[in-house]
Amino acid sequence: MLNLLLSRLATAIPSVLGVIVVTFLLTRLLPGDPAAYFAGLAATPQAVAEIRAKLGLDKSLPEQFLVYVQDLLSGNLGTSLTTGQPVTADILTRLPASAELTLLALFLAAAIAIPLGVLAAVKQGSWIDHLCRIVTTAGVSLPVFFTGLLFAYVFYYLLQIAPAPTGRLDAFLTPPPHRTGFYLIDSLLVRNTEAFWGALAQLALPAASMAIFSLAPLARMTRGSMLSVLGGDFIRTARASGLAPRTVIFTYAFRNAVLPVITVLGMVFSFLLGANVLVETVFAWPGIGLYAVNALLTSDYAPVQGFVLTMAVLYITLNLAIDLLYGLVDPRVRLDA
Amino acid sequence: MKRRHFLKSSTALTAAAGVTAPAIFSPLKAQSRQETLLVVAENTPNMMDIHGVGANRPAYEVSWNTHDRLMTYGVKKDSTGQDHYDYSKLEPELATDWNVTPTSATFKLRRDAKFHDGTPITAKDVKWSFDRAVTVGGFPTFQMRAGSLEKPEQFVVVDDHTFRVDFVRADKLSMPDLAVPVPVIMNSELAKKNATTADPWAMEWTKNNLAAGGAYKIERWQPGQEIVYVRNDDWKNGPMPKIRRVILRIIPSAGNRRALLERGDADISFDLPAKDFSDLKGSPKLNIVGTPVENAMQYIGMNVKQKPFDNVKVRQAIAYAVPYQQIQDAVMFGRAIPLYGGASNKAKGTNWPQVHGYKTDLARAKALLAEAGYPNGFETTLSFDLGLGAINEPLTLLLQHSLAQIGIKAEINKVPGANWRGELLKKSMPMITNTFGGWLNYAEYFFFWCYHGQNAVFNTMSYQNPAMDALIDKARFASGADYDAAVKGFVDMAFDEVPRIPIFQPLLNVAMQKNVTGYRYWFHRQLDYRQLAKT
Repeated sequence: MLNLLLSRLATAIPSVLGVIVVTFLLTRLLPGDPAAYFAGLAATPQAVAEIRAKLGLDKSLPEQFLVYVQDLLSGNLGTSLTTGQPVTADILTRLPASAELTLLALFLAAAIAIPLGVLAAVKQGSWIDHLCRIVTTAGVSLPVFFTGLLFAYVFYYLLQIAPAPTGRLDAFLTPPPHRTGFYLIDSLLVRNTEAFWGALAQLALPAASMAIFSLAPLARMTRGSMLSVLGGDFIRTARASGLAPRTVIFTYAFRNAVLPVITVLGMVFSFLLGANVLVETVFAWPGIGLYAVNALLTSDYAPVQGFVLTMAVLYITLNLAIDLLYGLVDPRVRLDA
Repeated sequence: MKRRHFLKSSTALTAAAGVTAPAIFSPLKAQSRQETLLVVAENTPNMMDIHGVGANRPAYEVSWNTHDRLMTYGVKKDSTGQDHYDYSKLEPELATDWNVTPTSATFKLRRDAKFHDGTPITAKDVKWSFDRAVTVGGFPTFQMRAGSLEKPEQFVVVDDHTFRVDFVRADKLSMPDLAVPVPVIMNSELAKKNATTADPWAMEWTKNNLAAGGAYKIERWQPGQEIVYVRNDDWKNGPMPKIRRVILRIIPSAGNRRALLERGDADISFDLPAKDFSDLKGSPKLNIVGTPVENAMQYIGMNVKQKPFDNVKVRQAIAYAVPYQQIQDAVMFGRAIPLYGGASNKAKGTNWPQVHGYKTDLARAKALLAEAGYPNGFETTLSFDLGLGAINEPLTLLLQHSLAQIGIKAEINKVPGANWRGELLKKSMPMITNTFGGWLNYAEYFFFWCYHGQNAVFNTMSYQNPAMDALIDKARFASGADYDAAVKGFVDMAFDEVPRIPIFQPLLNVAMQKNVTGYRYWFHRQLDYRQLAKT
């Protein structure tokens, strides 16, 4: 196990180095001049030059890269010009916001999609199979921002049962003290039920709209994978041996079918974490996707680099975790390593 | 680390304040809702310090409400009966009284004024703050220079409560420039404690910390999400504000900002599209106020250094081809002041902007093009800032269509917001639409930036005309009939030569609940919480 871990980590190092170089170059290739942008309304070429010097943009590219790597080694990702804060601090406050939302959405999606997929495969052609097909088609066809806007319009504006889409907590509630950055957990830690329910109410709509979107790949993958496993010889043998259908489906079939589902789960998670800009925009969610896009729009290098790096590290960790999980779920996988 | 410390102290503060607040839906909460103003905005302030590098417009709002200045502007009613700041009237803020001579201004400072930490505000704080503004470079230094406030030697501490500004030249903008958002008064001792040798003006520290004494303090600051202000109950530099707490929430989606206002969850917002303001105009729940933005216009600029726009006839032809009324109706939904279709191109006064004599007349445009030697038109590019695409995009499409009818093929070039300033600096775009507004409401101030041969960034046409420069320079330091003649002279010239075609003067729109009163238009176009009240 340890060997596997180490060899996987070793393969990750070149990817991280590559990401560092590529992000640095990409952000420099972006059109736009941050110095001109931030020089203010009444900028003269001289004022712009002053700002450029202050930002270190008058140095040559290799010099800028050296400074960047040095800062990186000391854990300094630079300062965002749009929020005025160190990027590390920004990401540390925003990542939990995105993670809390994504995890809840994924949990919701998995709780619905996996049983649905299993049932659809077991009772192929039945009404539940059709339901599965409808749900997955609807899920992929409805863009997240559309369901998000629709939910906000119906549940907040028309029915008035959802709270105002103003971010993680109602404006009149005080956020719980920072422990994990997950409001649900933090508020329980200090026994602040008001903040807990407030945070949960704010999470409901964005999590639901993201869940609908991620339902589709999960349910389809579960169904497909279950179908191929159920067609296997060993299932026929198990059935012929008179094992209870429950044992056949869950102990034999599902355990074998779950591997690709885990892969998809991992992919959907990392995709949702970074790419749910639209949901974050609609619900004013102070997440990491919105942060990165705002930074891109203003040619604010540091947050873009910080974001890409964070996401790269996260992807690599996630893939590693999934690899390890494979070994736990299916002992045969370990031989491949 | 510093930020964490700040967050810690602020959460401790709010925890202490929250002790008395029990369970959900307490009557206390209802009461606090009554004394709290919830503002929703699109963009987040990036610091608390207006002197900081790259401080953005929302940061001006933070600075304006948390700091004092020596003087502020008075108030008048505009033509619709709305409160409007009065640029002709300077009123006391930290200074209770002042005496202006041709060479200097001496200010008497309020004796019982204190900073947020209880330190008395003295003349040395004022000097330190002004020295800082003229020294740190960038925008603050530039703005101070606009009022001939250029070097630290001009600022003199006479005694603890007397402060003098020596003028380097007679400039009528010197006094007004001391009441704009830049010359804030900072707690010099507190700031110096947090300064380093590399950063003697504590620029780094003041990004996230206030060294101020203004009407509001900051209770919670979550960058990119919200700011919670609480009233400074010891404030002495003006009438005590009615609103006890102000919450500024960043809501990125325009649709949601509108929904929040319509549902009564948010109290006030500037940031809605023109169409929403026009839709909400008749709403029984909301109050919509649109105030013409002083000294501002949306215009078409043509680069006079390039063919064919070096030919005045071509520029005039374009001025006759702009579909003014369509833009007013279909792009602005009527929420703008037209600047076209006047009786003639002669100046109607010394006010600015004012209407010019051009109107949509394609036959005349065609004739002018033929006279200029382009009977079959030409090809060009029409560029705009995508950051303001909601207005620029439909506007350029209408213009493109109209130009096609006189044979001009204009290709539309959308420049992303981040690049726009850089592209303007290059001065290579042949034809653009853009908007510009000056803080100080003087025609010559606008012309100094936008038409003067010094060729500042905002002279987007690269227009250089010694005769006009002479008139602009004259107006800056003249008064009376001389002044009027100079202003009328350069306005006539601007309309006749028409390197830029004014289209409309924009409105500063605000939507607020009916129970919000006391809204006042300010030249800096940010919200002043101090005059607002909820009834």
